[in-house]
Amino acid sequence: MRDDAAELTLGPVWFNWKPADWRDFYFRIADEAPVSTVYLGEVICSKRAPLFEPHYEAVTERLRAANKKVVFSTLAEVMLKHDRQMVDSVCTADDVPVEANDASALFYLQGRPHHVGPFMNLYNEETFAVLAQRGAQNFCLPAELPAPAIRALCEATQALDATIEVQVFGRLSLALSARCYHARAHGRTKDSCQFVCENDPDGLELRTLDGSPFLIVNGIQTLSQDYLNLIGELPELGALGVSRFRLSPHTCDMVRVASSFRAVLDRHITAEEGTDQLEALNLSAPFSNGFYHGKPGYSWIASVAR
Amino acid sequence: MAGEIGSGANGYLRPELVCPAGTPAALRTAVDAGADAVYCGFQNETNARNFPGLNFTLAELEAAVGHAHARKAKVLLAINTFPPAGRFNLWREAIDAAARIGVDAVIVADMGVANYAARTFPELRLHLSVQAGASSPEAIRFYCQEFGVKRVVLPRMLTVGEIAAIHQQIPCEIEAFVFGNIGMMAEGRCSLTNYATGISTNMDGVCSPAADVHYEEDAERNLTTRLGRFVIDRFTRGENAGYPTICKGRYRCDARTGAYYAFEEPVSLNLSALLPDLMRAGVTALKIEGRQRSRAYVQAVVSAFRRAVDDILANREPALAELVALTEGRRETEGAFRSKAWR
Repeated sequence: MRDDAAELTLGPVWFNWKPADWRDFYFRIADEAPVSTVYLGEVICSKRAPLFEPHYEAVTERLRAANKKVVFSTLAEVMLKHDRQMVDSVCTADDVPVEANDASALFYLQGRPHHVGPFMNLYNEETFAVLAQRGAQNFCLPAELPAPAIRALCEATQALDATIEVQVFGRLSLALSARCYHARAHGRTKDSCQFVCENDPDGLELRTLDGSPFLIVNGIQTLSQDYLNLIGELPELGALGVSRFRLSPHTCDMVRVASSFRAVLDRHITAEEGTDQLEALNLSAPFSNGFYHGKPGYSWIASVAR
Repeated sequence: MAGEIGSGANGYLRPELVCPAGTPAALRTAVDAGADAVYCGFQNETNARNFPGLNFTLAELEAAVGHAHARKAKVLLAINTFPPAGRFNLWREAIDAAARIGVDAVIVADMGVANYAARTFPELRLHLSVQAGASSPEAIRFYCQEFGVKRVVLPRMLTVGEIAAIHQQIPCEIEAFVFGNIGMMAEGRCSLTNYATGISTNMDGVCSPAADVHYEEDAERNLTTRLGRFVIDRFTRGENAGYPTICKGRYRCDARTGAYYAFEEPVSLNLSALLPDLMRAGVTALKIEGRQRSRAYVQAVVSAFRRAVDDILANREPALAELVALTEGRRETEGAFRSKAWR
């Protein structure tokens, strides 16, 4: 991979931000963040989706005016009637590229160029071949894939004319459920939730019984408490053949995050300097990179020190 | 097809009773107890119950298929994990062996594995594992169209009414879980074990590996259970300590004053009271979980379900008390957890 081919992307916001904050976040991304593609769309909860609808048009226009490609990302778990209607309407709109996060979206996207998202079980070259034949052009890998599997996938994908994208920043999505754990924490159910998830713009922290921060609840999604940070692995990922690097949005300064990653990709600063810049964000949780190194996901392997 | 055999004038279709076979001995037990089909896996990471001491060698599977077929029972082979790139061969060999041995169906989850099986062995019947997480009619139709899947094992997040509605919208049979130990997370979409231990449920076929489970007793004989370095639960002296599974542990958060089961209480699934409804909802097969369970358990559960299904088909009142008894012990234990002082 040539370094100038490396693209930085921004994944969809997984959390239930206040709609005005959500809109302003994207306006600022459009104006200031060095990302080439922005994934929009509610991927966690179909109940939340209408909250953001009034702002989609303005956000999309602003991003496109800034020369950023906009891709709509579909729901990760599709079960109820309303979920299904959402996927249907996103996938059958012909003016936006779509990222499929479950098999029902793939059902609609047959024969059309599309992206396949990190909630799909994209583990091997045979799966890639099936999906590429149906129109998949970009694969965002599941977070738990270790480096040897990423390497093998990159080699196999060269023949497919598709690109590989890897999440390099943000909390890791670890599980989905039919039950809303945010509602459960507040003694409510998914139906009676009153959107209580809006109080936790980076998710609700679960601690173990000995007080250690462990997991993060976001509606039906369970995430890691720590923030994935592969800034030190960027050169290696590029050498493997990964060409797109995804940042997952949080309330921290994502423009600064994007700028640090872009600067390392462009070799304006070293990975060590990039790491220092990210540490200066003073996030509430540590960094992790264990999955990439074949270790427990929460682990931090100081690869930058080489 | 099971659905066509002995369907009663009372509107019930005779469902196939699909039972767990963790070992060759359990397979024989399940068949003798009245299973219409058993499901099992190879002794490696190609199946989602890759535990030490479980599962079948090639020779064992071959003998098991002979035993089951002689008694008119089917054998379904679970090859239902997700091969990471570079290691696909192990899964390819498993499919090849399944076709050679002549199992009645292979239960697959990975699209690449499904595609390989469909292209290489068009006659090999494919069932879609619950690990594929196909929870909507469109998702199920995707797998039917692409790989010729003949049956879907539904995630147990659906109500009977929803199952009946899905039945009307898909071109394949439905298999539904009715009994056993089931986690709260969507199957095939959970990396919690890998996050805590470095062993992947999807790629290695293990949830909460025993090697990473730790029990620690304090001076007052309270027991703490851990997975890797993380505390999953605590039990006071003498209480029945559950096996530490992340989605069944107790945690704290700022929205609650005390420890709570953030995901689910450690109860097991028992849909025996809904059997008549399931048998009218278009469900072809009823699945019992428990490949890791003892032969005695398999014997008790399978024969109880056999009798219950036969009673319903014959318009007799089914006796479900035995099944309730098999889960009630756990419920009572759980109830006692609530009052302990340490909380």
